[in-house]
Amino acid sequence: MKQIVVISGKGGTGKTILTGAFAALAENKVMADCDVDAADLHLLLSPEIEQRHQFKSGFTAKIDKKLCKECGRCVAACRFNAISEDFVVDPISCEGCAFCKFICPAEAVIMQENIAGEWYISRTRFGSLVHAKLGIAEENSGKLVALVRQKAKELAQKEDADWVIIDGAPGIGCPVIASLSGIDCALVVTEPTLSGLHDADRVIKVARHFSVPVALVVNKFDLNTQMSEEIESYCHKNNIELIGKISFDEDVVKALVEGKTIIEYPSKGAKEQIIQIWEKLYQRMR
Amino acid sequence: MIISVASGKGGTGKTTVSVNLALSLTNVQLLDCDVEEPNAHLFIKPEIKNTVPVYIPIPQIDKEKCDFCGRCQEVCAYNALVVIKDKVLVFPELCHGCGSCTYFCPKEAIKEVDKEIGCVEIGEKDSLQFAHGQLNIGQAMSPPLIRTVKQYANPSRTVIIDAPPGTSCPVIESIKGSDFCILVSEPTPFGLNDLKLAVEVLRKMKIPFGLVLNRADIGDEKTDAYCQKENVPILMRIPFKKEIASCYSRGENIVGALPEYKEKFEKLYKDIVRCRT
Repeated sequence: MKQIVVISGKGGTGKTILTGAFAALAENKVMADCDVDAADLHLLLSPEIEQRHQFKSGFTAKIDKKLCKECGRCVAACRFNAISEDFVVDPISCEGCAFCKFICPAEAVIMQENIAGEWYISRTRFGSLVHAKLGIAEENSGKLVALVRQKAKELAQKEDADWVIIDGAPGIGCPVIASLSGIDCALVVTEPTLSGLHDADRVIKVARHFSVPVALVVNKFDLNTQMSEEIESYCHKNNIELIGKISFDEDVVKALVEGKTIIEYPSKGAKEQIIQIWEKLYQRMR
Repeated sequence: MIISVASGKGGTGKTTVSVNLALSLTNVQLLDCDVEEPNAHLFIKPEIKNTVPVYIPIPQIDKEKCDFCGRCQEVCAYNALVVIKDKVLVFPELCHGCGSCTYFCPKEAIKEVDKEIGCVEIGEKDSLQFAHGQLNIGQAMSPPLIRTVKQYANPSRTVIIDAPPGTSCPVIESIKGSDFCILVSEPTPFGLNDLKLAVEVLRKMKIPFGLVLNRADIGDEKTDAYCQKENVPILMRIPFKKEIASCYSRGENIVGALPEYKEKFEKLYKDIVRCRT
């Protein structure tokens, strides 16, 4: 079983469009959406949820006013400025470290477990999908990503799948790092812009830092061919496989509006190029 | 006044809006809080005057003093310390730097040492003040760095904060304390889905907000319908134009290439001020 994650550094370069297309192209696979704080893959795959689970993670402090002697030790101890002068915990600032609980002489602080989101196992027209929804303004997206990854892997083993195809998050921080462990190939999608290259470079460095093999795709390459050439020479210089280029194609948004992957849409440009990218990836990973 | 720019979905135009708004106003400061992938400097091209490394405190165990009692492991909520027989293992990547272990160690065997997580770069471009954070490669936790960038906010100026995408802790840390938040989205199913999440975040945080609709002429009508139903003011529409996409790709600004946009961004600011009063 091979695991592929699609990442980008910069947001909005086409991760989910590409993951959705791979879902339509690959045979015998499990999909996972690891962009848990702004998950979109379900909009292309229209999942029917079969299992729904709570994601419990972390704690939030609460001060029992009846027990509190207002000594102020908790306020002084808290490094996250989460406790106000009148001894009320701001749940958004609280990181659940429990320093206040341990320091309180009156035992007035209780730690309440957070329900930080939900995760699901679903059926789609292309196979099983593991996905999640992080609660609003919740923390620990990295842990939820790790959980989604683990469940997707278990499911793939159970179904004897050949592939786990993962939609990653933007950025280079904790959800991205959590999506990289044990990956056979991180496919980085970028666009021919100065920021696209800058951000791809940072996320490639992260992937290499964790010894994950990388390949690169330039999306909408014809919007700035000069910049695309720069990205090509960047790949050459840094020994990164440029696995394909995708043209700017209005059909991509049209297919999206209809809730279809580009593969299911009567289109020529981008669709054909993505099919070729999948073929190359398939050959490379087989 | 602090105006933050956020989005839910990435790549909708946060940096474009932040940068061009900053360039259209006077007495302004731009803070790029997308410390994982900062981009505003590519457009502002500021002269960096000062680079300040940012550290988080992580525990270091003095083996001479430690008697392996396990108290540190007990008080650590993040499993960043594990005591096994005559060893204490520290996992810095799990540590939130709360200081609890150091405080509660009965043998005073723990001291906090600095671990660098990134840096803040401070500079300016003409009269525009600028600061951003750069998270080190392989570093997972961005909120402490975002907090440090925000400490450079100049209260005598209009502060514009360019936030990271998403809806979780880095976004919350960036927009917390804002007087107003501009949400940037595009009228596609992905844009709308993530806009709804961002709206929930702002309502929960009780920050007033409005929408800038970028590439306003692609996709479908559903974002407009949603905004009308949910009473989300659409403050500005930026059409999809090859000229705009092309100047973005080269690291150029809309207000430079298409000067008529300066007025539009000035009006955006005025509308925000009006929304606030």
